[in-house]
Amino acid sequence: MTYTLTRRLAIVATASLALLAAPAAAQDWKPIKPVEMVIMAGQGGGADRLARLFQSIIQKEKLSSMPLLPVNKGGGSGAEALRYLLDKEGDNHTIMATLNSYYTTPLRTDIGVNIEEFTPIARMALDTFVLWVNADSDVHTLDDYVAAVKASGGTWKMGGTGTGQEDSLVTAMLEKEFGITMTYVPYGGGGDVAKNLVGKHVDSTVNNPSEAMGFYNAGRLRPIAALTPDRIAAFPDTPTMGELGHDLVYWMQRSFVAPKGMDPAAVAYYTSMFEKLSQTEEWQSYMSEQALLNEFLTGDALQAYFIEERGKHADLLNAIGEGS
Amino acid sequence: MDLLAHLAEGFATSLSPVNLMIVIIGVTAGLFIGAMPGLGSVNGVAIVLPLTFIVPPSSAIILLAAIYYGAMYGGAISSILLGIPGASTAVATTFDGRPMAQQGKAGLALIAAAVASFVGGTISVVLFTLFAAPLADLALAFGPAEEFALVLLAFTTFVGLGGDDVLKTIIMICLGLVLSTVGLDLISGQPRLIFFDQPGFYSGMSFLVLAIGVYGVGEILHTIETSKTAPQVTPARLTFGSLWLGIKEMNKLWRTMSFGSFIGFFVGMLPAAGATPAALMAYGLAKLMSKNPDSFGKGNIEGVAAPETANNAASTGSLLPMLTLGIPGSPTTALLLGGMVMWGLVPGPMLFIEQPDFVWGLISSLYTANLFAVLVNIALIPVFVWALRMPFTVLCAMVLVLCIVGGYAPSQKMHDVWLIAGFGAGGYLLRKADYPLAPLVLAIVLGPLMEKSFRQTLIAEQGNMMAFIERPLSATFIAISAVFFLLPLLKHFRRMTRRNGASERPAE
Repeated sequence: MTYTLTRRLAIVATASLALLAAPAAAQDWKPIKPVEMVIMAGQGGGADRLARLFQSIIQKEKLSSMPLLPVNKGGGSGAEALRYLLDKEGDNHTIMATLNSYYTTPLRTDIGVNIEEFTPIARMALDTFVLWVNADSDVHTLDDYVAAVKASGGTWKMGGTGTGQEDSLVTAMLEKEFGITMTYVPYGGGGDVAKNLVGKHVDSTVNNPSEAMGFYNAGRLRPIAALTPDRIAAFPDTPTMGELGHDLVYWMQRSFVAPKGMDPAAVAYYTSMFEKLSQTEEWQSYMSEQALLNEFLTGDALQAYFIEERGKHADLLNAIGEGS
Repeated sequence: MDLLAHLAEGFATSLSPVNLMIVIIGVTAGLFIGAMPGLGSVNGVAIVLPLTFIVPPSSAIILLAAIYYGAMYGGAISSILLGIPGASTAVATTFDGRPMAQQGKAGLALIAAAVASFVGGTISVVLFTLFAAPLADLALAFGPAEEFALVLLAFTTFVGLGGDDVLKTIIMICLGLVLSTVGLDLISGQPRLIFFDQPGFYSGMSFLVLAIGVYGVGEILHTIETSKTAPQVTPARLTFGSLWLGIKEMNKLWRTMSFGSFIGFFVGMLPAAGATPAALMAYGLAKLMSKNPDSFGKGNIEGVAAPETANNAASTGSLLPMLTLGIPGSPTTALLLGGMVMWGLVPGPMLFIEQPDFVWGLISSLYTANLFAVLVNIALIPVFVWALRMPFTVLCAMVLVLCIVGGYAPSQKMHDVWLIAGFGAGGYLLRKADYPLAPLVLAIVLGPLMEKSFRQTLIAEQGNMMAFIERPLSATFIAISAVFFLLPLLKHFRRMTRRNGASERPAE
């Protein structure tokens, strides 16, 4: 809504500019230098791949007059990126690609960040989670899985992203639901996690489909169950947790935010850029291939969503004893 | 043979007149981007990536490969001429490249860097061509325990240097390790060592900032003190005849260069490592294997050749996990990965089967880019050397400006500029007290990697320390590390007993 309004304002402003020849083009904001796209995760993970895909589409379709420069700041479960964005107050040339650690990291550690102060831009999609094992493993079904984990006596290695991040929450949910314990091994990013499962350095993962897709196609990984309400189109033979009688659903949000105090005209510019992006054919086909849910959201509604999710995650963290 | 047919087809594309033009433009641009402190292959590739959507993918990838290689060559230029690492990957090149320039051998050092880069690039591309698939499996076999053992090996090559004071080396490694823990903990996300509550420390200590401070600024302070008014940099004269002599000189360095290529390629291939650790490891190993390790750090040509071979080999090596596993081995390959996704290519195990044209086009363009990079580089060496003939008073100010720009550009925070000033003063004092600086840089580069892999292994193995020696690959690395660590002690004892024998005899 804000977007259309601002754009209309912009049109009016340009029109009056033409008529009156007055220098009143404040609404018609455009970046004047390359835009830094901070990524809250390491290289090769789901968040990273997606951010780079956005960058490529934006440049190919000329959605931005200036190039976007992706910068990975995945340290400390995204705390590095959050601190960085905090220091960028009032900067019109920085945006950040977020994931759920956007809420969980400030909840777990006091890093002086309040996400309510950041400026929401757009939520592009919701990503899904799947339980994976190595294709050479004897585990074929969820029952096999639970039995194998129990037999290991707690030494079953679950690989994932940083402690307190999405993967560890999903792991905790699994542990609670099935009454099992696993050894959680944190890695730098989802790509690294998938590689370590293929290399058999861990026994299972809960990678997003996009992170494991290449290995799955090559026959190196096996999906056991999806943490979604409906089956994922890319894995028609993989049951959902719900089908197997376990009410486990977890999403990963893929959104963009900006620093506190960004010029409203700049916010409108980026919001409109991502809206156009969300309608491109490349993005639409990527979403269906990689099993992402198209859930576009902007402005105040997005901020409200962030705050609601933060509340849910606070409960989730407290339930598993990870809250601060 | 299937392989050769694919490769020949690839060459047919990469050698077309238009693509040759692209290669020459690309390597020249890359050379200057790499030579500029603060700009590296990441920036070069990032700037050019959007352009590649205009030209066909095969030409686009050639342009990117040319810039990538050009920047790798270029990094050495400012390391040698000015003592400031032009790119993070060229940090190790300053260790001996700068002293060579001060002795008036800048031309020779630049030739060594260029030829070594060429050899490293070529050997690694050949390895890539022949063994891409089995090597990808080797990369998969590297879990946290193996990573830790490999990093440990890198450290011991620096401890077991002989020559330098072993105690001082260990002190510097420890100092580097402490500095490398600054910032947010990789695994738990807790802040550590945030000095004076400065928010800048949250993102940790960039080792490039440390290297620019210690080597760039520290070096200037040192030069000003020792030279007073007379310029210490001997202006080097260079003719094309001496260029040829320099290339012939390289003939003696085959052993160093082949080791450098293999180490570079393998270390670059590991997603967690990359070209900078590879260059440092190659340097350490070259010093360890040398007959006179004392001459390292004082202008030994092998000290230039080893890291330069390794960083170019590593840049090829890091393409391997990107193409075969979809996991980038370096920031630059991460950008390339983004480009590939856009061109509709899905990196991963299936790429070689589904898109042979692209893969072999890329591999063949690596050969061409490498060849042209060395030609353009050697042709420009006289121009670079000429820059050194400026009066010292001018050069000194220029270097200082480049240090500040180089430190500020990557993060655009004044915080880093102050750190450079601090490290510059610190580096100068450490140099006066005769502490070796290379181990400090090594520790801050490898420290985070070592800590992370050590903790991951212990978490995965329920705190069982034996995990490191139960796995064959990591056990091998640890055994070699132990030998490297004990070697200087053995040498020391032998020298002691010999000296005792010598001093007792006259008394009889």
